[in-house]
Amino acid sequence: MENWQIVWEARDSLISGLFTTIEIFLIGSVLAFLLGCLVVYLLEQAGPWLRRALRVAIDLMRTLPFLIFAYLLYYGLPSLGVRLDAWTAGLIALVIYHGAYFAEMLRGARLVMPAGGVEAARACGFHGFTLFRRILLPQLLIRVRPLIGNQLIYCLKDTAFLTIITVNELTAAANSIQAIYFIPMEAFVAVIGLYWMVSIVIELLVKWAGRFGRKRGFDHV
Amino acid sequence: MSEVPVVSLEGVSKSFNGVEVLRDIHLEVARGEVVSVLGASGSGKSTMLRCINWLEQPDRGTVKINGEHIGVDAQGKQMSVRALASLRARTGMVFQSFNLWPHLTVLQNVIEAPVHVKRIPRSRAVEEALALLDKVGMGHKRDAYPYTLSGGQKQRVAIARALAMAPEVLLFDEPTSALDPELVGEVLAVMRALSLDGYTMVVVTHEMEFARAVSDQVVFLDKGKLIERAPPERFFTAPESERVQRFLATHR
Ligand SMILES: Nc1ncnc2c1ncn2[C@@H]1O[C@H](COP(=O)(O)OP(=O)(O)OP(=O)(O)O)[C@@H](O)[C@H]1O
Ligand SMILES: [Mg+2]
Repeated sequence: MENWQIVWEARDSLISGLFTTIEIFLIGSVLAFLLGCLVVYLLEQAGPWLRRALRVAIDLMRTLPFLIFAYLLYYGLPSLGVRLDAWTAGLIALVIYHGAYFAEMLRGARLVMPAGGVEAARACGFHGFTLFRRILLPQLLIRVRPLIGNQLIYCLKDTAFLTIITVNELTAAANSIQAIYFIPMEAFVAVIGLYWMVSIVIELLVKWAGRFGRKRGFDHV
Repeated sequence: MSEVPVVSLEGVSKSFNGVEVLRDIHLEVARGEVVSVLGASGSGKSTMLRCINWLEQPDRGTVKINGEHIGVDAQGKQMSVRALASLRARTGMVFQSFNLWPHLTVLQNVIEAPVHVKRIPRSRAVEEALALLDKVGMGHKRDAYPYTLSGGQKQRVAIARALAMAPEVLLFDEPTSALDPELVGEVLAVMRALSLDGYTMVVVTHEMEFARAVSDQVVFLDKGKLIERAPPERFFTAPESERVQRFLATHR
């Protein structure tokens, strides 16, 4: 019981860690999502060479463990003269890594999308970014909606790795509490509860967003 | 003095993977004219239609909309994507499988291109769209999503969508082939009304009755060649080519 008392006393550092986690997660996942959209737009427009390069880049990211990528940006780049603070390196890692996943997700949906809608748009005079933004992207998003929820939760969980490159997020806070007072069980259980809460909020938001697809009959096809 | 044709194809040829699908097609469509395109499956009807708005790019020949080159200019230089798109916007296309945009309501489908391609004010686009939806008998479904509509209703919305761009020519690719038989009539009725309104139309179809009653000219494609062109009375009663005679004998 006393151990929980200690966790409660240390709540300020947990809360501050939680806010850092939420902050880096929100900024990171929004930018990653936008990056994914941008990459799919480029795939749509690009010639064969750029397309191949983008595909290779996406696959490289997806086969790389996130932690290694974060290491690379934070510890590896200084040897090339690029020195990033931990928070920035962590954010960039999240954005590029999860951007690749978002891109892959949208690309997959694009492949199975019937060609007719885009053809009708071209016949009406749509082209380029307007065609992508008005006709293609909305349909892709509705189709990948269940996957987006999953990806966001992976992204949230990957923020925990950033403790290793010294970002003071939630896991780092728990780690320092358990190290000082030696109460790993309670510290980590408390943190798991907080991750759960954030995940549940994400799930609810994604579920709520799902009504856009349902209203348009996308669950029927 | 003869008027410039709304559509003109001159010596259009096209191959897919080395197989010649269109061979030296010549076709002119005058303003207000309805041309029906007949032919067996695989004879190149869709490909010819899609060359008119450059959804397919011919290997040889020129295509003009109202006298203006589409796709490549008179010197054979490829047109910019933007210029091509704005020429395409002057044609309207109706597809066999409707191809409505499923994320938009009926009304939104109709105003989408006027607002985002032509950039006309939304309020005016809505006003015009509602008039068009009434014309095709779909005004009461303005806020419905496409998946709730029957095939015939979808196709009528697709026609309104094409009309909304005030195109100079309407291109129909078997607009009733995907419909249940009892829904074919409502779509054909709309198309007949459009022909009476003076729209220029090119219609790929298997509906012989419609071709006979509505078109000014009927053309026949056989293995990528345009082998017969005649007014409907002559086409259906006294076709010159033996191939057309056989086709008609099996399509009564
Ligand atoms: N994108 C394509 N790639 C390869 N071959 C194609 C392509 N489009 C059409 N073809 C081929 O070209 C030929 C003509 O096709 P097209 O669709 O123009 O015929 P059609 O007269 O419209 O037939 P249908 O009545 O079945 O619609 C067919 O043999 C078809 O397989
Ligand atoms: Mg066809």
